[in-house]
Amino acid sequence: MTVDGSWYLILGAVLFTIGAVGLLIRRNVLVMFMCVELMLNAVNLTFVTFARMLNDIGGQVVVFFVLVVAAAEVVVGLGIIVSIFRRRAGATADDLHILKG
Amino acid sequence: MSGTVLATVGRVDFGVFVVSAVIILAGAFGVILARNPVHSALMLVMTLFGVAVLFVAQEAHFLAAVQVIVYAGAIVVLFLFVIMLIGVDREEDLEADPLPAQRPLAAGLGVLIFFLVMILARANNWATGRPSARGVANGPGENVEKLGHSIFTTFLLPFEVTAVLLVIAVVGAVVLARRPPRLRDEVEE
Repeated sequence: MTVDGSWYLILGAVLFTIGAVGLLIRRNVLVMFMCVELMLNAVNLTFVTFARMLNDIGGQVVVFFVLVVAAAEVVVGLGIIVSIFRRRAGATADDLHILKG
Repeated sequence: MSGTVLATVGRVDFGVFVVSAVIILAGAFGVILARNPVHSALMLVMTLFGVAVLFVAQEAHFLAAVQVIVYAGAIVVLFLFVIMLIGVDREEDLEADPLPAQRPLAAGLGVLIFFLVMILARANNWATGRPSARGVANGPGENVEKLGHSIFTTFLLPFEVTAVLLVIAVVGAVVLARRPPRLRDEVEE
């Protein structure tokens, strides 16, 4: 409990930045999805830190809901990815230009 | 005497934080730099465990357990299943860059995001708000008890909405996993 909350917040910001950069530079859809998970985890860490700093259980409750939403998001997202790449080889975002006008 | 004990506890806490932070950042860099998606998934597990340790260090014991069970146990396994299923477990050429200047731009944007967040957080003294508005998090009592009390009283309606959300996700996954009949005929022909 002695580590100052600001350290955790900085770590969360760094983790979020890494996730965002990864989302922008990677082309594999699955890795992009993992980067989204990294960003979600950074925000979860921030929420738990706020819960400790403000002595408020609400931050931890929010993390609980984020976990549920992340699980649902992964299930549906991976379902979509599987149904797209069942028909075509190569799981990069560049291959998905079928919606291009 | 108690002063030395406190100092030792503080050092241990800081050590735990530093080790976890190094593990988290190494895992995060591994996720975005590994050529093989399977390696990315395993690096993701490393990051998730580090975050779970930091949850424990901040007295969020229930969330740490859920983090390990749901994230490392279910979500990453799902990722690995999909990697095997659609067969993208081969190395990706990271050198090839179809869009020129995408990576420097992305890195610059990331640094910009980081400094913006830091400036905002610093200008607001890291955390603002009314303390203990939804119930205390620290102090005596079990973390699970406090969290459960909060979820089943203050946040009861959102909790029930998450149940609906999970049902929708399950139904959606089943619908997405089904092959449309027309496509099945084409494949058989």
